[in-house]
Amino acid sequence: MTSADYEPASLPDLLPLYYRRLFPFSQYYRWLNYGGVQKNYFQHREFSFTLKDDIYVRYQSFNTQNELEKEMQKMNPYKIDIGAVYSHRPNQHNTVKSGTFQALEKELVFDIDMTDYDDVRSCCSAADICPKCWTLMTIAIRILDRALREDFGFRHLLWVYSGRRGVHCWVCDEAARKLSVAARSAIAEYLSLVKGGDETVRKVVLSDPIHPSIRDALKVVERYFPQYALHDQAVLGLKESVDKVLALVPEDILYGGTDSREPLLYSSEKNPEKRWGLLRGCATTKQGTLKKGQHFEKEIMLQYCYPRLDVNVSKGVNHLLKSPFSVHPKTGRISVPIDLRQLDKFDPFDVPTISLICAELDRPRVGEEEEQVPKEKDSDIDAAERRRIRDYKRTSLAKYVKVLDQFLDGVALSNRGELLKKSGGFETKMKPCFYNY
Amino acid sequence: MQFPVRQRRLIANPKTELYVHFLQFYGQPPLENISLSEFETFAVDRLKLLKTVENSGVSQVKGSEPYQKKLDKEFSNLNFPNKPDIKEEDKDGPNEYEKRRKDHISHFILRLAYCQTEDLRRWFIQQEVDLFRHRFNRLTSVQKSSFLKHNNLHYETVGLVEKTALTDKLVQSSYAGSGSKVDTQDYYKVPFQDALDLVRNRKAYLKAGYVYIPQQDIVITVLNDFRTQLSKALALTARSLPTVLSDERLQPLLSHLSHAYVGQDYSIQKNMGKISLEQIDPLSGKSFPLCMRGLHQALRENHHLRHGGRMQYGLFLKGIGLTLEQALQFWRSEFTKGKVDMDKFDKQYAYSIRHNFGKEGKRTDYTPYSCLKVILSNAPSQGDHHGCPFRHSDAELLKQKLQSYKVSPSGIAQILDLVKGMHYQLACQKYFELTHNIEDSGFSLNHPNQYFLESQRVLGGGGKEAKAEPPQRAPDVAAKPPLDPPALAEMAEDLDAYFQDG
Repeated sequence: MTSADYEPASLPDLLPLYYRRLFPFSQYYRWLNYGGVQKNYFQHREFSFTLKDDIYVRYQSFNTQNELEKEMQKMNPYKIDIGAVYSHRPNQHNTVKSGTFQALEKELVFDIDMTDYDDVRSCCSAADICPKCWTLMTIAIRILDRALREDFGFRHLLWVYSGRRGVHCWVCDEAARKLSVAARSAIAEYLSLVKGGDETVRKVVLSDPIHPSIRDALKVVERYFPQYALHDQAVLGLKESVDKVLALVPEDILYGGTDSREPLLYSSEKNPEKRWGLLRGCATTKQGTLKKGQHFEKEIMLQYCYPRLDVNVSKGVNHLLKSPFSVHPKTGRISVPIDLRQLDKFDPFDVPTISLICAELDRPRVGEEEEQVPKEKDSDIDAAERRRIRDYKRTSLAKYVKVLDQFLDGVALSNRGELLKKSGGFETKMKPCFYNY
Repeated sequence: MQFPVRQRRLIANPKTELYVHFLQFYGQPPLENISLSEFETFAVDRLKLLKTVENSGVSQVKGSEPYQKKLDKEFSNLNFPNKPDIKEEDKDGPNEYEKRRKDHISHFILRLAYCQTEDLRRWFIQQEVDLFRHRFNRLTSVQKSSFLKHNNLHYETVGLVEKTALTDKLVQSSYAGSGSKVDTQDYYKVPFQDALDLVRNRKAYLKAGYVYIPQQDIVITVLNDFRTQLSKALALTARSLPTVLSDERLQPLLSHLSHAYVGQDYSIQKNMGKISLEQIDPLSGKSFPLCMRGLHQALRENHHLRHGGRMQYGLFLKGIGLTLEQALQFWRSEFTKGKVDMDKFDKQYAYSIRHNFGKEGKRTDYTPYSCLKVILSNAPSQGDHHGCPFRHSDAELLKQKLQSYKVSPSGIAQILDLVKGMHYQLACQKYFELTHNIEDSGFSLNHPNQYFLESQRVLGGGGKEAKAEPPQRAPDVAAKPPLDPPALAEMAEDLDAYFQDG
């Protein structure tokens, strides 16, 4: 057997090892402390642990990195969630007058879950994923990442694989963390295009002219559509899936031109690209004759590929979201940051499981001596910390921790700017932040 | 030039200076003394006005002609200022001044009554914002600039170079109707947080956190400022409220004003336990509104509902009288027929049911969702069955559904027409009339539980007689002891009567 085979039953044995020797506490603390720009930012943050048998412990909070470590090593949570930064220490929320304990800030977060695509993927359903449908997540990340950076001007986006069937995004800019509920929901809606539940057939309705942000999204979708939709998902293959696509085509086009009531795609043409070309052709002709308002081929592409957000997760300041480097109890996979420069190569089945990395620890040490040399004379890193760094570097977790490290370097640059401003280093223009109803 | 003369007159006449425009930003509270009776009339009139704003917004499309007409009529009935372009000399006439003064004072009185809870504040802000929008849109472009200047609202304009560079994007971002007049009109550039409505609907170009707003849409930003300022002011007012409420002349009036606004919230437990679980199936066919009927059907078919559906349907069932024990039994028996076993149900779902009944967490007794909430918030997505079928279904599917519920073809056509005009609640009411075989239902539908009660009344009371009865009075209002000054009690009665028809 390979050590990558994960058994949910072995989780209680593996977690202590993971939290003692592998979990990247120092990066984790570095992230959530945000350079100490704001007082008590880490101390007022809510953590929530899920223990064995779905026992849920909310409102945990910690004074120091050390306290967090000790508690996690004691509790060995199956799952860790991160909540908001509150007005008081969350673990004392019962001691303050009700109403005064309030969620103040949190990263702007997005949750994309493969189950929301069930009506447009034929390969799997519910919690299952495969390399075919994973392309949907790649498309989602590309589209959202561009919009958040270019349209909204955010710079620090941490994309994380959830460990099972989706991805999360943590927008960590200071401005993002301070957003009101109303602003969060407006952003989420700006980014949502696929609307309606089982009761709606046509879930994407484009207005004319098409908004620049959607045009950019379409460029991404068009790049992936032929390979992903026409081949991998074969949306124009079997009659059933063809019918689903044709339901989105306006009737006058469906039967247009010919007198027969035979929809145009049941013709002898079997090649999916040519079939799609046929549909596109109709759309272009239509757009030529009627002045505007016909974008059905674009709507089809977007309905099949545009990111589907769980907007409720993004809206609330106090909504909890699974933490990076938490283990997914069902798959055993670690929730790891995704390197966007290698996004097309990211394979969720490559992400290490807890059993794999724990086994890697037991492998004979190779080249240990050389690793010990570099820059570890710093006296403030204690022996345990040093050993842990050595430990995770020997496992396949290393490259993902590196992604987080690089991300944090970027955040640190901004934090330093903030600190300078605070100390009066240069003229500041603070943008007021309103909490609207 | 007249200018210097006018300037002098302004100083000479503080009255005029106070109300330069017929529209106000309500920055300064009124400082004069007013009589108690004037206090009451002003407050009640403004409440009526706001109520009209709310009703018109539900039954008409905001900004449409009938909507404007309805509001204009109410403005002149109640003597609120509604005309921007009065000739200079008229402006100082007592009449217009009186109107503007009333507008000013009444706004601040209602702030006192509506600052106490989050719900009240939200309602008040919403109506005031709509009111403001209606009047702001009547200003000409010059008047708008003057108004903005007078109230110290400055927005950054986009320079010519930047505008030229972005022309394409700006044209593409303009939505239907606004045309492509990019080169002829000014654009403002504001942080996106200040124009959330434009962001939400993708109605403006967004770049690096700034929204580019054509001059004609600046109202959105002004409204945002108005909303922000009002919301802050209400929070401040709430803090100083105890002092105001210690005045025993004002306290009963203020609390009555704030009780009057929503009518019933259907959380009153008077019919608790009057329904048995066996009745739900037949009732869902006869007396449930379409949204609840759909949820019930989906639950029976899938033995599961997602969170949004559980909330909407669960609270509705609570509202028609299911007790906590019944609710637990109902959901458990249905869910365990599907993929959820007893153990999982108790762990994952029972909590939120108890939560809805105020037995967990912060122990709020949650109220059933109103139509407004169902229509506007939390639209259904993949796998969801909640929401308003008139709002959230495709016309074709809605038609099929209505056909399967045996609604006549002409009735379906009427309903679909209403849906097309975005009158979802009226469409639902039409559905009520058609399924209950009555010409005119005689109430205005704004709550699924109201639908249920009215349906029960029609079916149980034998139609006509039931309708002839006076509408039930919300118990919390009726139970209040009569107020000391007789005029006040009378006023309260009027108010009740008013909101019963409303």
